[in-house]
Amino acid sequence: MCLAIPGRIVEFLPESHLAVVEVASVRRKVNVDLVREDGLAVGDWVLIHVGFAMSKIGLAEAEEQMRLLAMLGEDRLAMDELEGYQFG
Amino acid sequence: MKFVDEFRDPKLIRQAAQEIRRLARPDQHYRLMEVCGGHTHAIYRFALQDVLPDNIELVHGPGCPVCVLPMGRVDDGLSLASEHDVILTAFGDMMRVPGRTGSPLEHKARGADIRMVYSPLDALAIARANPDREVVFFAIGFETTAPSTALTLRAARQLGVRNFSVFCNHVTIIPAIRAILESPDMRVAAFIGPGHVSTVIGCRPYEFICRDYGKPIVTSGFEPLDVLQSIVMILRQLEQGVARVENQYARVVPWEGNLPALRVMAEVFELRPFFEWRGLGFISQSALRIRDGYAEWDAERRYSMPGVRVTDPKAAQCGEVLKGVLRPHQCKLFGKECTPEHPVGALMVSSEGACAAYYNYALRTPQAAGV
Repeated sequence: MCLAIPGRIVEFLPESHLAVVEVASVRRKVNVDLVREDGLAVGDWVLIHVGFAMSKIGLAEAEEQMRLLAMLGEDRLAMDELEGYQFG
Repeated sequence: MKFVDEFRDPKLIRQAAQEIRRLARPDQHYRLMEVCGGHTHAIYRFALQDVLPDNIELVHGPGCPVCVLPMGRVDDGLSLASEHDVILTAFGDMMRVPGRTGSPLEHKARGADIRMVYSPLDALAIARANPDREVVFFAIGFETTAPSTALTLRAARQLGVRNFSVFCNHVTIIPAIRAILESPDMRVAAFIGPGHVSTVIGCRPYEFICRDYGKPIVTSGFEPLDVLQSIVMILRQLEQGVARVENQYARVVPWEGNLPALRVMAEVFELRPFFEWRGLGFISQSALRIRDGYAEWDAERRYSMPGVRVTDPKAAQCGEVLKGVLRPHQCKLFGKECTPEHPVGALMVSSEGACAAYYNYALRTPQAAGV
């Protein structure tokens, strides 16, 4: 629940609150309402909590977060969470 | 410094550790509190206490959402599934938290319809897929997850999903920090500020800690170097006799926070007059409830729940550990009756709970644990 999962925006879904993000070649839809004001574009990285992009980050921070999840032994949990999103 | 070599920037880590040793005055004892489950997990995983001089003590405050939720609220949530025949949905962390008559997982094994979800939007999707059933989302968490619940409620109203509601147990970090500062048995020199909570609320809400209590706070990232740099920043403030909010994690935490998240929280939630926290007791204006405009989606208005205060098992000392008065292994049940496989107290459930983190990591490096 407190996992922050870094994902790259692949596609915005028109007339919805969702965008497709990619994390370690897995693609899922997440809600991007909370980061739209940051001027989000395809290719940008975001930190995802419980199905919602919560902040826009840089590539370096995304890589750092992935490494941190691995070091904490939570990388598998993070992918389980991402793959577990059923909405959208 | 056993883990240092596997970290990124081992040289910078050594420099930070040396700087900490230079700044820490030998005649003083520094208790530094973090209030973020992610920090608890990282500090134990990386055995950071090992890197620090003996007179710097890291204590773990109420930063783990499932840990601070009192047992009565768990029972209230479970009563929805057992007495009102709803589909109860909850995050994975919540599933193993003990209630008086077992955890959600145990209730599920006995036949209650309780489903784990990864997102509140999944709970809403379950409601839309099951129009003949009532679905409740058991919402927990600090400001990291509260905006997600708020957006889900907004979506439920916009879509007119009437068989969905939220049992709101969201709490806010600021009143908990204030309660700790007001507590007579707490002697904290400074705070390591939470990472992800701060991406939502920003850094301004912490200013009272410095202004009213004269304590520094530094919001911190989660890597070993982040935590050590934050400690350096804290010690520098203490050396200079100043108390400021500083942001070590500025690469992720904006000073002003996430404004859309704050707006949707304000639209959907209001502060409760008071709320009970495990270990800290009742704290005024420390939790969120659903505003009148969303009353239809508020499980507390829709269903009658026992609402009974339930004390923790007498032998368990979760409250003392949550306040940092006891270290996890000083609890009588630690590692005996209470383990991650069979948690008696909530702090043993989540990897972010101090007891589970201590059990999983510190026990393997007893020199780090001081046991």
